[in-house]
This record gives sequence, structure tokens and C-alpha cells, in this order.
Amino acid sequence: MTEKIATRDAYGKALVELGRRMDKIVVLDADLSKSTKTALFAEEFPLRFFNMGISEADMMGTAAGLAASGYIPFVSTFGVFATGRVFDQIRNSIAYTRLNVKIAATHTGITVGEDGASHQALEDIALMRVLPHMTVVVPADGRQTYQAVEAIAGCEGPVYLRLGRPKVPQVIPEGLPFELGRGQLLREGKDFAFLATGITVGLSLEASQLLERQGINAAVVNIHTIKPLDKDLLLHMAAKTGAFVTVEEHSVIGGLGSAIAELISGNYPIPVIRVGINDTFGESGSPEALLIKYGFTVENLIKAGQTAMEKKR
Amino acid sequence: MPVISAAAVEELRLKARKLRQDIITMIYEAASGHPGGALSVLDILVVLYYKVMKIDPGNYLDPQRDRLVLSKGHACPALYAVLADRGFFPSSYLSVLRKIDSPLQGHPDMRKTPGVEMSTGSLGQGLSAANGMALAARLDNSRRRVYVVLGDGEIQEGQVWEAAMTAAHYRLDNLTAFLDYNGLQIDGWIRDVKSPEPVAEKWRAFGWHVLEVEGHDYASLLKAIGRAHTNKGAPTIIIAHTVKGKGVSFMENQIDWHGRAPNKEEYEQALAELQK
Ligand SMILES: Cc1ncc(C[n+]2csc(CCOP(=O)(O)OP(=O)(O)O)c2C)c(N)n1
Ligand SMILES: [Mg+2]
Repeated sequence: MTEKIATRDAYGKALVELGRRMDKIVVLDADLSKSTKTALFAEEFPLRFFNMGISEADMMGTAAGLAASGYIPFVSTFGVFATGRVFDQIRNSIAYTRLNVKIAATHTGITVGEDGASHQALEDIALMRVLPHMTVVVPADGRQTYQAVEAIAGCEGPVYLRLGRPKVPQVIPEGLPFELGRGQLLREGKDFAFLATGITVGLSLEASQLLERQGINAAVVNIHTIKPLDKDLLLHMAAKTGAFVTVEEHSVIGGLGSAIAELISGNYPIPVIRVGINDTFGESGSPEALLIKYGFTVENLIKAGQTAMEKKR
Repeated sequence: MPVISAAAVEELRLKARKLRQDIITMIYEAASGHPGGALSVLDILVVLYYKVMKIDPGNYLDPQRDRLVLSKGHACPALYAVLADRGFFPSSYLSVLRKIDSPLQGHPDMRKTPGVEMSTGSLGQGLSAANGMALAARLDNSRRRVYVVLGDGEIQEGQVWEAAMTAAHYRLDNLTAFLDYNGLQIDGWIRDVKSPEPVAEKWRAFGWHVLEVEGHDYASLLKAIGRAHTNKGAPTIIIAHTVKGKGVSFMENQIDWHGRAPNKEEYEQALAELQK
């Protein structure tokens, strides 16, 4: 583990690099460009950056119009305002139309921290995942964010990219290829599997190391693409381990855990224990304190793993 | 825009009469749809599609084409009638409006219908998309133009005013909006439901170039469009005073005809009037 970097910082830098190579990339923001880091792009490409003011609904529609004319808009604001605030605009102007709009939301999950519940998107994955044609991507660290931004710029169609506010350690080994829709098996194991996304990937790796000392072999899979899910890998892991623990910085309703439970229940029923936010809003606090209070701890993950194994038949 | 000759006006009038019959027939055969707002917006579309827009139905994805967004998507039978007549798709499509597997959906679908530039139906979203298209034209250094049609009830949506600010801020003089000012929405007269007045002053205050015309008068519409084209530095909105249900006596100014299909007797009466 090297230097820590926030996925939003990596996003801002990746956009600039991409902007140099792809002249069809344009960026829209709603008065949060310093926080979302699109200000970096604005500085280098002022004519391809549109500050829409505090008008998220209009921003989504404008992006749709730009995409309908051949541009590749990246649209950024905080997760709460990039999804729920503008759900119908995304549904009707972007997803239904299959337009090539990339919604890159920073400030998602409980680690938004001190700003509190109004700013902590805990339902954004659920909202975006339910829309036909939408791809949903959650990078695990800074390096993976670079890869993800590049990949989504190159694929046709609407994408929701979920980014975070705090600095996070690099957890994905350097050089590991990134492919949309393909999970990454980071650690082999046979007793159960952690299926994690975003910043919970690192936590799952830690938990699996501690479990090893107790003689338990937990696999760890990074599901960076929540939609479309990597069905082959997940069914393979289900057969191999017989029990899943899903981990996400999101409500346990509608997110990664739900997506996996939906897949598994119809194809290879095994216990799926979901770790996440338990149907509640967040609150103010430091990201570290909030992660502990809301159960994103190694101990809690280990407990979930034991429950999953007990429920195996 | 050149001043239009009396003969050309008469030609458009005949064309519109035929298209109104198509609209009524389409909605009758579909047994559902929105005749009132389709009949009120038709003359605006006729002027645009027959006299103004640079479009090629044989090459309808030409990147340099002009674009029209029908933000009040429920009026799409009017757009479909025009697109079919202009040759974007066979007129046989009209008889499957709203039916299963149809290329003509109940509200416009840009992925199913040639010539439809933006999927609409959820009111309030079209101006934003049109702004995006106008920004794209500018980025491309293209002279292509973007047109958008809004309903007068529709402008109660907040997003319309966000978009109004955007168009003025970015000085989108390649964009022309039309307000189909027929005075009615679903639950009644707009002034009773929630009045958007003073409408012209609002758009002016938002930084727009505002023109007002009689929305069924081709010469006035054309003249206003000409002025929109030459106006620099700001978007133009043409407030078109229209009659909901225009052309069918018993539909005119009646809220009941916002969203229902005629029965056989009503259909025959409407056609007879339109064939006179
Ligand atoms: C967001 C949204 N809310 C409600 C509706 C339902 N609706 C369809 S048409 C209409 C009235 C529209 O009135 P107006 O804009 O004046 O259109 P017109 O009179 O030209 O038919 C309403 C409320 C809708 N399509 N979209
Ligand atoms: Mg009206």
C-alpha cells in the first residue's frame, strides 16, 4: 500500500488526460467543480467545460442534448444530487434514450462525513441500477479510477460512476487489468467469499487476512461493476465457496448485496449475508468514526463471514 | 426569411388541413392520444418543417441537420403526421400509433422513430436537451439551428427556468423556442390552475429575445423566425398564441379534448369539417 488518493482526485486528473486525447469529451458541473475536481478540466479546457450553476436537472438534460449531437459528456456533482435529485431526468432523457452520458458522482456513501445525512448518498447505486441500459461502476481506489474513467469514456451508453470524498489506500495490485463487467478475484478462498465494492474492498482484504490466522479461507472479489454483474465469476465463486458476504458503503437495500442476492437466488442459491447501511440515513461525524459506528469494521466483517458459513448446508 | 407569397400560404393551409385529418385519424385508430395540443402546435411544425428547417429525410442522421425537440411530447401525433408527409418514414406507420411493436410510440422515442431528435413525454425536459444540442453546434462551429416547442402548462416545471437561464447565459442565439400558448392544460385554464403570467416579461427577465405572434398565421410565424435568426447574442422565444383543438369546432378551447380520442360519430364529424 502506497500513497493514499481520493477517487475524486484521480477522476479529476484522469479527465484532463482523457481530454487531451479525446476532443469529444465535455464536462458539466453544478457549482461543485472544486470538490468534484472537474475544475482541473475546466482550467485546461475552458471551452469544453460548462458550469450549469445549481441546476442539476437542467445539467442532465443539457448533457443528453450534447450526447445526442456526438459529444461525450461527463457530468459531475455530489452523489445525492446526481441521482435522486434528478432521477426522472436521468430516466427519461439519458437511460431511455441510451445516450452517451457519463454521470460521475463524487461524495457518495457514509464517508462524506461531517456534512451529514443530507449529503450522504446511500441509495444511489439502487437508483441507478434499476434503470435499463445503465452501467454502474464503483472503483476501489485511485489507480482503478483512472482505469474506470478510461474504460467508460470508450464504451457507448450511459454510465454511473460512483466516487468518494476521502483519501483511500491503493488496494488493487498495480498492473491488474480492468475490464467493465468483470469482477476481480483478489484473494482465493474456499470457505466463503467477500464480494466487495469501492472502499470496502480494502477492508475485506484485511478481514480475510485475519481470518486466515483462524484457519478460515475467505476469498475476496472486487465487484467494481455492479451492473452488468459478472455472472460467470459469481456463479463460479458460489459453487466454490458456498457462502457470500457482500460489503458496500450503501444501503443493504438495492445495492451490491441485493444485486448479488437476485442473481444467486435464481441460479445457485447459497447464503448471502449483506453488510452495508441498514435502512437508515447517515449523520455527521468524521469518516473514520462513521465507518466504525455503521459497522464497517474488520470485526463486523468477520462476524458476517461466520454467520455465512454457519448457514451453509 | 423572405416574405411569403399568398399562394405559398394557401399551399401551407391545404397541407395543414390534410395533416389535421391525419392527426384525427391516427388518434381515432389508436383509440387514445392527445388531439387538443397536437392541433394547436401543428401550424408551428408546418412552418418549420416545410419552410425553415434544413433537413434531408433521405439522410436524416446528417450531423449538420437542424434539430427540433418537441418538449410537449404528448402532441407527437402532429410531429408524426409531418414527418411521414416529409418522407422520414412511410405513412403506413401512422395507422399503428400506440399499438404493440409500433415505431410510433405514445410519446416520442428517438430510438424508434426516424426524425425524432429527442425522447420526450415527461414535461419540462426538452429545453435542456435543446440547449445541449445548441452548445454542440457551437462547439462544432456549425451554423445548424435548434428549435424547441414548449407547452404553456409545461412552463410550470422548474427545469424549464433552469434551462432558460442556461440558454441566456451561454448566449444561444442558434436556438429558437416556441411557446404553444393555447391557455389550457389538463385541469383547466392555465391562469386558474397556476398562472405563469406575465409570460413575456418572465422570458425577457430571463434574458431572452421575446416575440409574440398569432400561432396559426404562417406569414407572422415566418417573419418571427426570420427575426430570431438574425438576433445575435441571446436565444429567442416566439410566444405563439394558439387555439387548443384548432380546426375542429367542437374540440376548440375544450379541456375535454386534451387527452381523449373521438368516437366514430365525433371522428366523422371532425373529418367532415376538415375536408370542407
Ligand atoms: C412531468 C409531467 N407531469 C405531468 C404530465 C402529464 N401531462 C401530460 S400533458 C399535461 C398538460 C400539458 O399542458 P400544456 O403544456 O399546456 O400542453 P398542451 O396544452 O399544449 O397540450 C400534463 C400535466 C407529464 N406528461 N409530465
Ligand atoms: Mg396548453
